[in-house]
Amino acid sequence: MSVRSVVPFGPQHPVLPEPIHLDLVLEDEKVIEAIPSIGFVHRGLEKLVEKKDFQEYVYVAERICGICSFMHGMGYCSAVENIMDVVVPPRANYLRTIWCEMSRIHSHLLWLGLLADAFGFESLFMQSWRMREKILDMFEMSTGGRVIFSVNKVGGVRKDMDKEMLREFLKVFDDIEQELKVLTKTFLEDYAVNSRLRDVGVLTKQQAHELGAVGPFMRSSGIALDNRKLGYAAYPELDFEPITSDVGDCYARCDVRIREIFQSIDLIRQAAAKIPEGELAAAVKGFPQGEHFMRVEQPRGEAIYYVKANGTKFLDRVRVRTPTFANLPGMLETLKGCQLADVPILILTIDPCISCTER
Amino acid sequence: MKVSKSPWLMHYDGSSCNGCDIEVLACLTPVYDVERFGVMNTGNPKHADIFLITGGINAQNAPVVKQLYSQMPNPKVVVAVGVCACNGGIFKECYNILGGVDTVLPVDIYVPGCAARPEAIIDGVVRAVALLDEKKKALSQEQVSSKEA
Ligand code: SF4
Repeated sequence: MSVRSVVPFGPQHPVLPEPIHLDLVLEDEKVIEAIPSIGFVHRGLEKLVEKKDFQEYVYVAERICGICSFMHGMGYCSAVENIMDVVVPPRANYLRTIWCEMSRIHSHLLWLGLLADAFGFESLFMQSWRMREKILDMFEMSTGGRVIFSVNKVGGVRKDMDKEMLREFLKVFDDIEQELKVLTKTFLEDYAVNSRLRDVGVLTKQQAHELGAVGPFMRSSGIALDNRKLGYAAYPELDFEPITSDVGDCYARCDVRIREIFQSIDLIRQAAAKIPEGELAAAVKGFPQGEHFMRVEQPRGEAIYYVKANGTKFLDRVRVRTPTFANLPGMLETLKGCQLADVPILILTIDPCISCTER
Repeated sequence: MKVSKSPWLMHYDGSSCNGCDIEVLACLTPVYDVERFGVMNTGNPKHADIFLITGGINAQNAPVVKQLYSQMPNPKVVVAVGVCACNGGIFKECYNILGGVDTVLPVDIYVPGCAARPEAIIDGVVRAVALLDEKKKALSQEQVSSKEA
């Protein structure tokens, strides 16, 4: 007869950089159910809008999460800009696009590293993170910060990249592309990696749709949706297609994210070729009044920013729905019926960001 | 400076924004790589000498942090990484933030920055190692005197 037991997982666990707690109900080695409890990183920063004015709040929005900090800042700024009818100068839009894609590359490389760490491939972990440092160096050169940049403001951006800097960056991206090709070979062809990732945690297209998955987690189940196609920043002028896979297992998620890195490098090249000269920010006068929904595509999927303003310098409400929140039901579904040893990998393949989720 | 042992550190996210956490991890990976000084990251509090905490600690996290601290063997050093961990930082006014690690634990070393830079974190760890030696000496003296008494 099989034995039922409950194994607590987290909040402090070696594979988790962030705290989340799961109670895993096991039957022998098989997971029957996973019951999450969250709230370890809840700070309550949506309520800070009452204490910081709408310009200051950009800094708080950036600190929703340190990995997608640029995109959080941009999403919030775009929502406010839409309410105030501010037209962002084209150069600022292009710069935002470049920084967005750099964030995506750095986030995906970080994830690849953590994934390798989760299945015990230590040197692959180190290699991914070594490459990521190059992106952080470029961030530091262009914005002054490594993870938190404070380069967005309502109306545009604060810093510029000159021609020479862009040329340098493109050279670095060439290097990164070459190195990534080598890494890709290991990630996708290595025997050990394959045996840990193939056919583990399959999420079908139907399930992904019903459970409301977003981002690479959804795209690897065969749904071709990408919010960048909605046309914010400079994306309408760039040429790209959402990257998908039909398999829906952990391997597919790894594959999709790797291909997205190559796509991001391509997008940066396109943007660098097209970037126009001009202003960095539009003047912002008065206070916002009205409300707006802004949807952006973050490395982990769709993030929604809802901003409601009342005509004073303090906003009424800011609401953020982050991708991990949408992906949690899908993750719990894939955990059902898996082996205990696969739990860390399954949790990691949605690329969880707990501090986004709990804010 | 002479280091008398390889310090092992444990890292825990006490309600931070993640920024400082990835910088802590960046210290352990190539480019900054503190492993070359014998510093290792461990997930087990019973193996750890240095406790790196990021973030301003919320109500749900406070008991977890206290428990992790109590599981670490003596002597131990607590390093608060990032402005959040030092005094609450940008989240100080949030309703769910207690305001710094020192509201729940005795903190030995404060590393400033938002996000704290890897150089600053490494500096903090180096100071922690020196402090660890001091604490060890004090501890052994205590034991000697308690035996004599
Ligand atoms: S100090 Fe800044 S970067 Fe570090 S956890 Fe706090 S808000 Fe994030």
